[in-house]
Amino acid sequence: MQFRKKDLLGIKQLEPEEIELILETAETFKEISTRPIKKVPTLRGRTVVHLFYEPSTRTRTSFEIAAKRLSADTFNISASTSSIVKGETLVDTAKNLQAMNPDVIVLRHSAAGAPHMLAKHVQASVINAGDGMHEHPTQALLDLLTIRDKKGTISGQTVAIIGDIAHSRVARSNIWALNKMGARVLVAGPTTMIPHDLDKLGVEVFYRPEDVIPKADVIMMLRIQLERQGQMLLPSLREYARVFGLNEEKLSQAKPDVLIMHPGPINRGVEISPAVADGPYSVILDQVNNGVAVRMALLYLLIGGEKDE
Amino acid sequence: MSKLIRGGRVLDPASGLDDLHDILIEGSKISGIGLPGSLASESDASLEIIEADGLWVVPGFIDLHTHLREPGEEYKEDILTGSRAAAAGGFTSVCCMPNTKPVNDTSAVTELILRRAAEADLVRVFPVGAISQQQKGELLAEYAELKEAGVVAVSDDGLAVMNSQLMRRALEYAQVFDLPVISHAEDRYLAADGVMHEGAVSTRLGLREIPGAAEDVMVFRDCSLAELTGGRLHIAHVSSAGAVELVRQFKARGVRVTAEATPHHFTLTDEALESFDTNLKVNPPIRSSNDLTAIRQGLADGTIDAIATDHAPHSTIEKDVEFDYAAFGMIGLETALPLTLQLIDQGVLGPLEAMGKLTCNPANIIGVDLGRLTPGLPADVTLFDPNQDFIVDVNQFRSKSRNSPFHGWKLRGKAVLVLRDGKVIFSDRNSSG
Repeated sequence: MQFRKKDLLGIKQLEPEEIELILETAETFKEISTRPIKKVPTLRGRTVVHLFYEPSTRTRTSFEIAAKRLSADTFNISASTSSIVKGETLVDTAKNLQAMNPDVIVLRHSAAGAPHMLAKHVQASVINAGDGMHEHPTQALLDLLTIRDKKGTISGQTVAIIGDIAHSRVARSNIWALNKMGARVLVAGPTTMIPHDLDKLGVEVFYRPEDVIPKADVIMMLRIQLERQGQMLLPSLREYARVFGLNEEKLSQAKPDVLIMHPGPINRGVEISPAVADGPYSVILDQVNNGVAVRMALLYLLIGGEKDE
Repeated sequence: MSKLIRGGRVLDPASGLDDLHDILIEGSKISGIGLPGSLASESDASLEIIEADGLWVVPGFIDLHTHLREPGEEYKEDILTGSRAAAAGGFTSVCCMPNTKPVNDTSAVTELILRRAAEADLVRVFPVGAISQQQKGELLAEYAELKEAGVVAVSDDGLAVMNSQLMRRALEYAQVFDLPVISHAEDRYLAADGVMHEGAVSTRLGLREIPGAAEDVMVFRDCSLAELTGGRLHIAHVSSAGAVELVRQFKARGVRVTAEATPHHFTLTDEALESFDTNLKVNPPIRSSNDLTAIRQGLADGTIDAIATDHAPHSTIEKDVEFDYAAFGMIGLETALPLTLQLIDQGVLGPLEAMGKLTCNPANIIGVDLGRLTPGLPADVTLFDPNQDFIVDVNQFRSKSRNSPFHGWKLRGKAVLVLRDGKVIFSDRNSSG
């Protein structure tokens, strides 16, 4: 099977076979990162631009490491140090970048749909590294890879996503991804953070974490953004942590082989207690590790493979 | 100089006439309507014959809700280009909203608009004045001065009046000058920084949402205040099922409330926003299929009196950006007719009902003696071909702006000849054959 898409804009547009191909490819790239010399010439002479309109440490570093391990030339453009601060529009930025013939543009943007817009204006492949509250497809893919590594299969697993679903692109991409791969998805969170008609996305909706924790093979905790306190969505972080945060007491109701995941960055003591984040069920750092392999796989599939016509 | 419009299907919703008739125009007035061949001697050499075989002949359309952007944002539209767009769409009158720069809250701005409209000499332009000074929602604008200068209604369109006391006073004070108060019904706290309708699609797309309730609660408040004050209320661009039901209930109680719906709200649903096309970003937002059904029901049962475009021109500067950052609004003057005709094809409205929502009903709402084919009235007459298929091409629009999501749509029904005061303000006779 070949990967035929020009861009990776979201999980929604992917077929299960394409997701499978990405995960298989990622599996084969993992080994490179364990070598003393962590570099292969696969993408030598290719150019990858990382265009980040939002701050990011993990995702951006992960993309950059992935590209460099495949020998691509990488360039970083961030909103604070570029002509973006001079008022250049995304379309103009896209046209200017295209004039320099990059092979891939990795875009992180606070506005939903920005990668879709960029993809219409450039010949380069566009990878969505997070667009507003819409999608974060590479995060979902690395989460799938982590579940598959630890559980052997994704199909048939019950995955509980807990926290601020409404504002989470990670939740949206994971809901698409897990459903496509045959998992059962439960969500729990305060009603103020459960968006309208969420059940229509194919998830079972609960409010209290206690209602989903005992059923879950995998628990994904979502980051709570601290500024939500000022938006009438929750009374205080204190109450949020007590009712919706994952601590050892709540975890005691979980299955003995449960996996605890978190897309990071963690608010220790808010959505997850330090003991749980650092505890034996946590695979948070495995997720980060898998991020590099998944992003290598995507770069390879988008611009490295032979496309059969 | 006389004109005889001959052989067309004449629809006059006010009188209920729908038949093959001739219309005689003398000077700027309609002088007669009658059975074919009954009105004038064809040997009269001074008589100009306008053949209308196969065409519908109706009162010129009246748009209650247009943004002409002048003064202040002439790069989007001006009174001349907006008037051309209106005429090409079959309109002979438009009401222009006051959210210009500066706001139309004084006679100086009203007079400027009317002077520009007279210079354009195309459609009638009826300015709408602001409810509050500078549309700030704090103090009443000077309705006496505005009325004397020529406004036909007041509205803070684009900005809901959040202060209920101010809205009450507007509904009271406007009665002195017999001005309807047009409500842009939206609770700004509930709408917050939303960009689309709240529902399954906004949940999928992760776009910030505007619930239908943001409209419902304000429609209820304003209807309630109209009941309290006896004022005349008109609800602009009804978009939610709840608003339709509220207007229906308050009308049944005898409250003086009228309502309009836009072609985009009775044609599109939020599913279309999957494309992230910023031309679909409008306020109020395009809502769900439930809301669409309710709006069509409201049009059918008369709850919604008028079809209005909310023609809102924006340039690529406002629209060729990320969805979150794009301005609200789409243009509509040049697509309103074929989209309204779809309601007839789909059995939502009869031909006379549909035409009434573009002619006599809006005329009644703003209290002008137009929108009827009556001898003695100004000869504002639109002839259109209901069977002409065409592909919408925004590059052919007379408007300065191109922000229409209907680009590329195959539609049916185009204005062929438009007369205002008996004068041809739009003609497409060659292309229609």
